[in-house]
Amino acid sequence: MGTMFARGLKRKSAEDGEDVEGGLAGTQATPSYSLQRQSLLDMSLVKLQLCHMLVEPNLCRSVLIANTVRQIQEEMTQDGTWRVVAPQAAGRAPLDRLVSTEILCRSVREQEGERPAPDVGDGRMPGLVPGLSAVPSAQALRSPQSSLWEVDSSRENRGGFQKSLDQIFETLESKTPGSVEELFSDVDSSYYDLDAVLTGMVGSTQSGHGSGLQAFTSAATPPPGSSCRSDLGELDHAVEILVET
Amino acid sequence: MAGAGGGGCPAGGNDLQWCFSQVKGAVDEDVAEADIISTVEFNYSGDLLATGDKGGRVVIFQREQEAVVRTKCRIWRDGVLPLFACILAVRYAATALPAERWGSGLREAHRNKSRPHSRGEYNVYSTFQSHEPEFDYLKSLEIEEKINKIRWLPQQNAAHFLLSTNDKTIKLWKISERDKRAEGYNLKDEDGRLRDPFRITALRVPILKPMDLMVEASPRRIFANAHTYHINSISVNSDHETYLSADDLRINLWHLEITDRSFNIVDIKPVNMEELTEVITAAEFHPHQCNVFVYSSSKGTIRLCDMRSSALCDRHAKFFEEPEDPSSRSFFSEIISSISDVKFSHSGRYMMTRDYLSVKVWDLNMESRPVETHQVHEYLRSKLCSLYENDCIFDKFECCWSGSDSAIMTGSYNNFFRMFDRTTRRDVTLEASRENSKPRASLKPRKVCTGGKRKKDEISVDSLDFNKKILHTAWHPAENIIAVAATNNLYIFQDKVN
Repeated sequence: MGTMFARGLKRKSAEDGEDVEGGLAGTQATPSYSLQRQSLLDMSLVKLQLCHMLVEPNLCRSVLIANTVRQIQEEMTQDGTWRVVAPQAAGRAPLDRLVSTEILCRSVREQEGERPAPDVGDGRMPGLVPGLSAVPSAQALRSPQSSLWEVDSSRENRGGFQKSLDQIFETLESKTPGSVEELFSDVDSSYYDLDAVLTGMVGSTQSGHGSGLQAFTSAATPPPGSSCRSDLGELDHAVEILVET
Repeated sequence: MAGAGGGGCPAGGNDLQWCFSQVKGAVDEDVAEADIISTVEFNYSGDLLATGDKGGRVVIFQREQEAVVRTKCRIWRDGVLPLFACILAVRYAATALPAERWGSGLREAHRNKSRPHSRGEYNVYSTFQSHEPEFDYLKSLEIEEKINKIRWLPQQNAAHFLLSTNDKTIKLWKISERDKRAEGYNLKDEDGRLRDPFRITALRVPILKPMDLMVEASPRRIFANAHTYHINSISVNSDHETYLSADDLRINLWHLEITDRSFNIVDIKPVNMEELTEVITAAEFHPHQCNVFVYSSSKGTIRLCDMRSSALCDRHAKFFEEPEDPSSRSFFSEIISSISDVKFSHSGRYMMTRDYLSVKVWDLNMESRPVETHQVHEYLRSKLCSLYENDCIFDKFECCWSGSDSAIMTGSYNNFFRMFDRTTRRDVTLEASRENSKPRASLKPRKVCTGGKRKKDEISVDSLDFNKKILHTAWHPAENIIAVAATNNLYIFQDKVN
């Protein structure tokens, strides 16, 4: 399943997530390649976030993960799948709070497929707060914590993304212990808003959401004794459930 | 290219047959985190083997020598077991020698080489707590006591010196033996209490009496506060006076006698941390040229620097990088190209680098590509995504040369380790496990099956245990004895001399 991210050869089949010889040769990504690339991006961002939390983050590991994220982002930009949507500030928390959440959320995600710009009237997401862009179903598989990373609240281009990585490195050599906490403390209620939003969004598919979450969290923190087992099969399965509803 | 997929060719070259010799450490399945071995290093003679663990402890093993006739007058003077000492035949000290032991200097002088196939065992010589956990109050961060590296200094007198380091602080330890004590003091009793001066009616000269051997370790220098980032390497210079310490972004040069100052010789920290894309992963001094050192990076490059050119060696003298193979490019290409260890050959002509899937040998005269590439576990290439997920892809494996530079060794997963013979171009996969731990049992080559039909005795890639990783190995500087650290156990293997 590792070679699915390799470029060079076209994928053998769309379903065959495991035995792919290679990825794309820079041509348009197939849907499941995009999905897998997306999940690699998500995984990487969670890992980076975990770096924040660790007592003394391993700088080498952080740098390598950040470089991987940049690579994905560059490829997605080339593919034209990296789209950023502007948030509407109306009805949201005070601007300064929004700013701090923005910083975290600037590791922007692509808009999968052809979703339009924030659409208040989107029937599939009744609970969606105006201003939050639609999050593709694949992304619902995140754990709430990582949802911080997902929301497209920035309208900048990749510079915004870059900035969030910068944030990581700054905090890595941060002077005051409080700085990291500050980043998260400002999130506060807006954090829960996001959580509620995302939960509301997939409210119609609670069971799918649950199993998807499990699939993802098990992917993010595998049990220590696990050998080389793919969780992405489970992810694919969960995605299918969500997409179908 | 030597066998991909683990153990492509039969047993290690030069007719070397490796056999089990010893294993040290607890047998339980439950491994205490603090007992995990984090570094292994032989000293210059190979008689001492040091290990460091996550709990900040250093354990030194000493190779037992056979007992021989002492031509020096020690025995007679000390009056210890003269009969035994007169025995000419060799008998290994581990079982035969009484508690009183001879000073190490004496032992060195009388090594008996008449029975090369009887090999000394390594037994515990000294244990001490090198580093304690610390708390950085400014950053509110814990500083781990884990010993990242140990490097021995060449022996100059009866005592042994080594450098041990954790993430932030390097310490110079002196390990010395005491096997005599003075008796017959005038002013105090045998138990140390002061005698009443009025009771002293005669004067005597204290005499030295033998005592049970005591090995003492004392910290002689503490080199602290010079590293903002985590120290990953230390290397003693061939001048025996200076050494370097490297963290993720900087390399410092120290003098062994001076603890309050160090010189920064490499600094790759960008002005804006947001531009950081590369870190230093390992560094080492050249074994003979005291002005030359190399450092490796997370991007798979090695820079050789000459300290004569400038005070700050930010400009390399040589730059070693293998061009990337575009057909195997993936999102993980950079991560697996990150070099986890760099080691000069004993000759100083070559250096070896370890990245995630391979070991490369470079000729210092050729920067464009390595002269040899050996695949360690190519079968993992298709599993990189899982290995990224569970963080195994960030494991830092070390590598080492044999004493003659004819073979190289590195570790893998499932307690496997790989050996490559450079002359015969053969390689072998061996396993460090308790099952193969009968004394002098030969190690059977292992094989990983990459797909299709699994033959008997082969293990499939999916059954490998990724928690059993061999990151640290060491090879005796002169003989074919290797030390392999498997989590909390230390295995010692020797070759079966025909």
